Amino acid sequence: MQTNDLINALKADAAKQAMPLGHAWWVAIAAATIIAAAVFVVLIGPRPDFAVAAHTLRFLFKFVVTLVLTAVAFALLRVLSRPGSDVRGAARWLILTPILLGTAVAAELFAVPSDQLVTVWWGSNVYVCLTFIPLIGLGPLAVFLAALRHGAPTRPRVAGAVAGLLAGGIAATFYAAHCTDDSPLFVATWYSIAIAGLVVLGAICGRRVARW
Amino acid sequence: MNGDAEKELATLLRAAIAGDERAYAAFLGRTAAIVRGFARRKIVQGGVDPEDIVQETLLAIHMKRHTWISDAPVLPWVYAIARFKLIDAFRKRGRHVEIEIGDIAETVAQPEAETVSDREIGRVLDGLAAGQRSVVAAISIEGSSIGETADKFGMTETAVRVALHRGLRSIAKKFGRS
Repeated sequence: MQTNDLINALKADAAKQAMPLGHAWWVAIAAATIIAAAVFVVLIGPRPDFAVAAHTLRFLFKFVVTLVLTAVAFALLRVLSRPGSDVRGAARWLILTPILLGTAVAAELFAVPSDQLVTVWWGSNVYVCLTFIPLIGLGPLAVFLAALRHGAPTRPRVAGAVAGLLAGGIAATFYAAHCTDDSPLFVATWYSIAIAGLVVLGAICGRRVARW
Repeated sequence: MNGDAEKELATLLRAAIAGDERAYAAFLGRTAAIVRGFARRKIVQGGVDPEDIVQETLLAIHMKRHTWISDAPVLPWVYAIARFKLIDAFRKRGRHVEIEIGDIAETVAQPEAETVSDREIGRVLDGLAAGQRSVVAAISIEGSSIGETADKFGMTETAVRVALHRGLRSIAKKFGRS
């Protein structure tokens, strides 16, 4: 088949158009949030003293961190799903979450007496955290991988990893409403490990799923 | 660089997405010439036929044209897809190449004409289900319209469109699989 023949065929197929990728991403994030919310409510739900905790700085700060991570990962993932976009520019913002967390950890090291640091760091929900963040994030990860498949990622593995990061950000946001360990020390350690699990899974699936 | 080509391609692709088939054909023809220049420059040793890269890239552009934002530049998008397909082609043939994005900027491709030889896409076409293959072949190689193809095979136009779309999609999928 010559190239002009191929063009004949493509031209004749011009009317069949897929959903614009920009729309698809908003559909995906809405679906992912609904799925994560459903899993969260069914499996663990918010902590009993949610209303009281909502007045404390440490509790609120968890959401600042997870929502910033979610926003940055979402923006980067959209860029990664489009050939020829400025990945470096979007990736630069990834540093924001570590800066926020690092600052909070430093402040916490000053604020908490040194004999209590280990207790605060270990908290009382390590295994719950390591179980439920990945669990809540699985559905969103699947949704984002499907959206990536709809897109055209030229680095499927990296895109898959960022899909995991985004799923982790959403899952951590919900999980933060359940968890009673509010110390930045706890968040910086265990949330990160839990989210890293989703990142690795996303990277592994990315190459298989987002092939085009 | 290439400000005029960029503007022209963007206008054509916008019109194409709005449903203008002739603009789409013009866009694909011009894009083919640009990708051809790019592929010939990049493929210095044998093993990969530049025209295969042109065809795989056009097909990928077709399948993924919804990933272009109508106010974003077209050429970086086209080159990124071409580069992805080129690396993929080398990888499939057991070679690893890194193509820096910087190289692409230098490659202000001179549109080039096609040379005739047997194409990979033809071999993939042969692997399609019989119904899809005859529809795709009629429209591409014989240059029939949707209507003519429908008459020829006693199908409805909708059925022809569906067969064509599915055929193209499965060709694209075969290229995507390693």
